[in-house]
Amino acid sequence: MDASYSEVMSKKQEILLRATGIDYDEFEFSPISFDYERLMNSCDYSLQDVQKILLETGVGQTQLVELKNLTELVRSIAPSGKGGRIFVKDEAANPSGSFKDRRAALSIYQAKKLGYKGVVAASSGNYGAAVASQAAKRGLRSIILQEVYDSRKVGQPEILEKTRACEAYGAEVWQLTVGPELFYIMLRVLEDTGFFSASLYVPTSVLGIETLGYELANQVLKREGRFPDMVLVTHAGGGNVTGTARGLIKAGSRDTVVVGVSVDLRGLHMASDNDFNRKSFTTGHSGFGIPFLTWPDRTDVPRNCARGLRYLDRYVLVSQGEVFYTTELLAKLEGMERGPAGNTSLAGALAVARELDRDQILVVQETEYTAAGKMPSSQLTFAKKNGIKVTRGNPRENTPGKSIVIPERIDQIAVEDFNMEKIRLSYIENSIRAAADYSLTDQDERFLAEDSKSSLDQVHEVIQSSNH
Amino acid sequence: MPDAERNDLVQIHKTILEPHERPDNLPPSTAAVPYECWIKGFLMDESANMGDEVRVKTFIGREISGVLYQVSPKYDHNFGEAQKEILSIGYEAHQQLENKHEGNRE
Repeated sequence: MDASYSEVMSKKQEILLRATGIDYDEFEFSPISFDYERLMNSCDYSLQDVQKILLETGVGQTQLVELKNLTELVRSIAPSGKGGRIFVKDEAANPSGSFKDRRAALSIYQAKKLGYKGVVAASSGNYGAAVASQAAKRGLRSIILQEVYDSRKVGQPEILEKTRACEAYGAEVWQLTVGPELFYIMLRVLEDTGFFSASLYVPTSVLGIETLGYELANQVLKREGRFPDMVLVTHAGGGNVTGTARGLIKAGSRDTVVVGVSVDLRGLHMASDNDFNRKSFTTGHSGFGIPFLTWPDRTDVPRNCARGLRYLDRYVLVSQGEVFYTTELLAKLEGMERGPAGNTSLAGALAVARELDRDQILVVQETEYTAAGKMPSSQLTFAKKNGIKVTRGNPRENTPGKSIVIPERIDQIAVEDFNMEKIRLSYIENSIRAAADYSLTDQDERFLAEDSKSSLDQVHEVIQSSNH
Repeated sequence: MPDAERNDLVQIHKTILEPHERPDNLPPSTAAVPYECWIKGFLMDESANMGDEVRVKTFIGREISGVLYQVSPKYDHNFGEAQKEILSIGYEAHQQLENKHEGNRE
């Protein structure tokens, strides 16, 4: 199956049509816009159908846990009357240990229904394990493609653990070196096998996550008689934000503020062989979070159903050291030893809870399992081996790829608000630039406004300034 | 004695793209090196030595060829060493909560 890069990439449309069962052309309006809601509803599953399908394999219906000790700790340093109540959705209780089971479950069900013999996913994270686990449950074969090693064959410990987990569930795992050619390999494997593409960005993936937002809204409603004031979501490719927010809306929790949280890795290049092992977090970081907001269709399918910008009210960054500190606090004060993904949004919650009144409710919407390779001790040992300086001190002095500064006190945990206006403008500019020599219609303008959660006036302003 | 015999669990190596076959716009450190891959499977040849071109059957029963890289590959990621920068975080937080409670009683 030797095939050149350009040859395989030129067959992209044809391979993906066969591998997803979705003709994306059907939903296109123009080079700019497409019918997002019709694409999302194209497989015709109601939220109740999805919940039922997830339960068949033991996915979902996880506990919502109030973190009373962490809330107390925040209140000990918050201004008088401040310190919102922090809750966490214990998604680590899903079969493969993360909310990604919700994301895989419906796609694998769909693959089985459509008659595919196996599934392929490109994921160095929990999603690969979720696909392998769901495939095992539904009697399908799975191939997981992972970016694991730098050119010295040094593997990021967290990803080595994901290789182990995928193989534990019976998957064939391709452990690859650093590079954006992961997509090229995926196309080659799809063409070779005729398997289903369990992309993170197909409608079924996002529909599965809707159950998470829906469940948590109803759990808070049942327990407290009202919806949560704020939900914090670890943000990378946008699926977690999109599905959770859509689920909240479907539950009627429309006024809940949706906050995306990423680990700040600005300055590290995600496709760089040199930078690859200079980071201690392999997902939920700004290296995915920012580009996926400003250009969501940079994915392995023609149109990405994970469109975070539509739903985010606020996007904040936390440092690596703050997440390690938070991981320790969750274990030592709440008796929950969990992995880095959920602890990223929890770090954000520890900072933001100080702004909220005592009777307000914040929900951190995921935890994930932890293991060798994923724990702070594994990652800090690895960081030091790769020349990263680790100290206690002011986390604002942290520099991605050079130093990790672990806070000395809870009041040093803070978030950096990313300028949402800038992201929205950048997305609109990128869309217009990608469709050069095309004149936008009213429909395109409305699409861009909706897709970026902007006003039509803001869209007009960008169009005008790009014409000059 | 050969390094591996039929049905042994082995790891094969494949060079997927040489540096000149990789796409444009890669950062220099990535563009300079080949795109490589390692896959595990059960050896299908009667016997083989490291560096031989072999065929394996993967965990899902697919047949793939590559260069024999390792026999009985193990998972060697671990819990790391004790890290003094995080060891006292829990104790400090408990102290802070206790101080707060004492403060409330005064």
